[in-house]
Amino acid sequence: MRTAFDPDLIAVFVLAAFLGFQLIKRVSSLLHSPLMSLTNAIAAVAVVGAIIILGEEHASPLAKVLGFVAVTAATVNLVSGFLITDRMLKMFKKGSPK
Amino acid sequence: MIGNPFVEAAYLVAAVCFILSLMWMSHPSTARRGVQVGEFGMLLAIVGTLLLKEVVDYKLIAAALLLGSAIGVPLAYMMPMTAIPQRTALSHSLGALAVALIGVVEMTKLAGQGAGVSFASVALGFEMMLGFLTCTASVLAFAKLQELVTTRPMVFKGQQLVNLAVFLAAVACAVMLALHPQSGPLLIGFIALAALFGVLLVAPIGGADMPTVIALLNAYAGLAASAMGFALGNKLLIITGALDGASGFILAVIMCKAMNRSFANVMFGGFGQVVAGAEGAGEARPVRSASQEDAAMMLENATSVVIVPGYGMAVAQAQHKVSELYLSLTNKGVDVRFAIHPVAGRMPGHMNVLLAEANVPYEKLIEMDEINGDLPTTDVALIIGANDVVNPAARDDPKSAIAGMPIIEADKARTVMVIKRSMKPGFAGIENDLYYLDKTHMLFGDAKDFVAGMVKELSGGGGH
Repeated sequence: MRTAFDPDLIAVFVLAAFLGFQLIKRVSSLLHSPLMSLTNAIAAVAVVGAIIILGEEHASPLAKVLGFVAVTAATVNLVSGFLITDRMLKMFKKGSPK
Repeated sequence: MIGNPFVEAAYLVAAVCFILSLMWMSHPSTARRGVQVGEFGMLLAIVGTLLLKEVVDYKLIAAALLLGSAIGVPLAYMMPMTAIPQRTALSHSLGALAVALIGVVEMTKLAGQGAGVSFASVALGFEMMLGFLTCTASVLAFAKLQELVTTRPMVFKGQQLVNLAVFLAAVACAVMLALHPQSGPLLIGFIALAALFGVLLVAPIGGADMPTVIALLNAYAGLAASAMGFALGNKLLIITGALDGASGFILAVIMCKAMNRSFANVMFGGFGQVVAGAEGAGEARPVRSASQEDAAMMLENATSVVIVPGYGMAVAQAQHKVSELYLSLTNKGVDVRFAIHPVAGRMPGHMNVLLAEANVPYEKLIEMDEINGDLPTTDVALIIGANDVVNPAARDDPKSAIAGMPIIEADKARTVMVIKRSMKPGFAGIENDLYYLDKTHMLFGDAKDFVAGMVKELSGGGGH
């Protein structure tokens, strides 16, 4: 864990947030629902933090229980998030339906 | 803290994948590629993490990954499209829960080491605060969307004072925890307060404001992940959380603008519980109604038709019948388009997904600003389950509760048709003058049944 203040991390956050604003502004309002489920799936990358907790040597019982719940919850999100985003996007079709 | 060059590289590539994923999301033609690159990034991040030398016990990890997938796959395939807002709320709560629980474990670790105040302990305070409040707030949002609890605002006297007190108490606990990391009653109390605050935050918010709230919770969930990245010194988490947070805030701002309201007003306004009965209630004004036959004939004889869908269409599950109507009219040479208000439905983009599901081509789904210019030359505006978003009072009556809210100017069309169950006012409880115009025909009935009836008339198979 980080104990000292690291200005690099703040810089990374600010730049990523700025990039995020620029990217999301360009997303067509057509796709706002799939966009939400996609960002939700991507944010489930928090699973990496949970994996480290759960897989550590000498993890305490508390860490094991909470880590297990956290990995499961994040996995549900990332699996269902990506799949349902794709399911929604598949429905957006161009041209006249037959 | 990671130090393994391969893992660092995997994380960097994963971050780039996520950025590309959002970039390609900008247009339907590239969006599916965006999902694929996002999945690839996620795979890289997980594999990289599993290779870390700190990670030694794979059994529980594998079990949790399998269990999560076993729940996630059916959830994605069996969820009906009308339940997308609920699913989104549910996933915000799961994501926030994961982040919050990791925060708890890290906090107890710090406490075990007897550590003092540090960058990590402050970040953990943010992480747990945002995580737990987003978790419970999203659960309540889910319950409201699923109509397990009332969709009306839950208000009580002194509510804002209570909210403020709970919030300040939670912040005070977070500060104490940051100064002296500990795992005792203070941590438990903090969790309880943050969770309680989440409930209080969403309780006064009514169904019509759900799009804004869902977007805002999306942002909080992202920020919580970022805070976790700060605590762990993990740049991938910081970047991803920031992207997610930015997305949620932009959507929330778009929703607020589309209602001409501020964040504060949405969060504390308790919209939709007081205005009912304030204006014009009681007096029965004459309206003109029309039958399925008449309505079908008017649509058939029109050159251009604009359909304005609202939450009522979702409730009646009428999107497939509406799509049949679209097809039937299009085949008869009528130009049919859909006017989509940003806050129609219960989450951003709700109407678009439903109509896309029903096979309406996406280039027929037109944004409010784009279609308003065409409405004066439109023959028929057909309103299905929308109310406040077409209320001319928002434009003309500065005293109206929704004054200044941008509307779809259906009243400018040559003929207006409104499918509605009864003359009951809409969610905001505001009278809609649109219904009383000379050129308006009210089509009373269930949206799905009525549209189905019109489709039948159009195909020549009317029951007479």
